[in-house]
Amino acid sequence: MASLWRYLLGGFGLAALLAGVLAVVYLTAPHAPQPSSDVGRSRTTANKLFVATFEPEKGVIRQGELESWLLTLKTVEGAPVEGAAITISGGMPQHKHGLPTSPQATDYLGEGRYRIDGVKFTMSGWWQLHFAISAAAGSDTVVFNVVL
Amino acid sequence: MSRFSSLLALVMVAVLAGCGRPEFSDAEKQTVASLALSKLPPLKPDTTNRFAEVPAAAALGSTLFFDTGMSGGGTVSCSTCHKIDRQFQDDLPQAVGVGRTNRRTMPLAGVAHDPWFFWDGRRDSLWAQALTPLENPLEQAGNRAAFAHYIKARFGERYERIFGPLPDLSGVPANANPLGTDAERAAWNAMPEAQAEEVNRVFANIGKAIAAFERSIAPPQTRFDRFATDLAVGAEPQGDAVFSPEEILGLKLFIGKANCVTCHNGPRFTDGSFHNTGVPPVAGLPPDRGRVDAVAQVEADPFNCFGTFRDGDASACRELRFMVKAGPELIRGYKTPSLRGAATRPPYMHAGQFSSLDEVVAHYSKAPASVEGVSEIHPLQLSDRERAALVAFLKTLAE
Ligand SMILES: [Cu+2]
Repeated sequence: MASLWRYLLGGFGLAALLAGVLAVVYLTAPHAPQPSSDVGRSRTTANKLFVATFEPEKGVIRQGELESWLLTLKTVEGAPVEGAAITISGGMPQHKHGLPTSPQATDYLGEGRYRIDGVKFTMSGWWQLHFAISAAAGSDTVVFNVVL
Repeated sequence: MSRFSSLLALVMVAVLAGCGRPEFSDAEKQTVASLALSKLPPLKPDTTNRFAEVPAAAALGSTLFFDTGMSGGGTVSCSTCHKIDRQFQDDLPQAVGVGRTNRRTMPLAGVAHDPWFFWDGRRDSLWAQALTPLENPLEQAGNRAAFAHYIKARFGERYERIFGPLPDLSGVPANANPLGTDAERAAWNAMPEAQAEEVNRVFANIGKAIAAFERSIAPPQTRFDRFATDLAVGAEPQGDAVFSPEEILGLKLFIGKANCVTCHNGPRFTDGSFHNTGVPPVAGLPPDRGRVDAVAQVEADPFNCFGTFRDGDASACRELRFMVKAGPELIRGYKTPSLRGAATRPPYMHAGQFSSLDEVVAHYSKAPASVEGVSEIHPLQLSDRERAALVAFLKTLAE
């Protein structure tokens, strides 16, 4: 009986050793870009000109549906940004492909709110949307992460 | 001793997990549930075709679909390639109508859910799609003027009950088409604009009737759906809903390590989008660059959503409006096909490049570079056993 336990313990020890080796390999391996932990819907733009909020117009995201989102632009002091020119690009960093559609800012809804129509997420995973924003205060960019 | 007993318990758990009932993680269960046919949403109304839900239009469309009179030589119908007893496809590597085309016939189950049509998405509605083979010289090889005369002579009464009065066709040449032969083009260009518009209207209505019929072609329940339903509610699968260990492995690979579900997602197993997956061209066929060349074609199509033959308002045209028009990713991009029923309809890919699912899975495992543009897929290093398991799983979508 005692020898059986020795084998079991030995097996366990080997498994632990293997797990340790794997952990070291994993921790030292070069990593693909990881989804940013920041999936917040409000972000300050890169040069801190604006505070941007990006959210689905209907409140929920449905994969594979052509949807409209709202981009709300405020100055850092909280004033709505009007007359902004907005261009959108993006894709899935881990899949190295772009967006399946070309979203556009289609309407100005007042109070710094812009409708971004033609947004479609065809896959689950990590998506990024890059906005280039030009307004009276200057030009700035912001990136939003969306994880489905 | 208690240390030993806890160790023993650990070993027992490991053994049970390895040999017991198939276990799926919560994430896996969620993915499997998302693929079940019960998750297919009802068809959205097609406001660009106000006859889409009119039964008489669907009935006329069905008649036209099977009518070889709807072709230049009277020998080819939609059903020549879209065979009703073969999942509305023809088992050939490239479709053969009046001549041999350069693309594989697509099956039609659930087609009305698609945002884009053909392998490259060169049409943006089901009714605009239906018109294209009618006047393709390699498919039905007809011409618009002849179709209008034929409809009036053969189906005039049925047509008028649905679409209203047919135009006066007495001054319309027997054969005329803006595409077509030199003679057909000349005859078309000699027609007054209003007359050409009237013929185009009849032609568009033919497409709308055929589309109304095609909307009724739905994918059937499969063994996979019965398995997925049981898994979702935590019930023990019964009868043919029981998956073999190989099928379980295949399903787990499909939604896991093999990454198939990245593009083949949702209840139709397609993301409806276009991808370059490095599928090789077929020697002897004309150059084929996929989506990148289709963009200009759908924009130039007079029957697209922006055109005058659309019913309803332009709010229905968002797919076309927000279409990606340029970029290296469009090169040799082809639509992700649905995998429902795929196991029983070889050959595979946009020009029938692969004769079996084994070849398809081997291609995705190896992931060769694309002849042009960049393939989106990466080598998988699947074992023989894993590749066979994937094929076994795919068969559950056709049983
Ligand atoms: Cu992706």
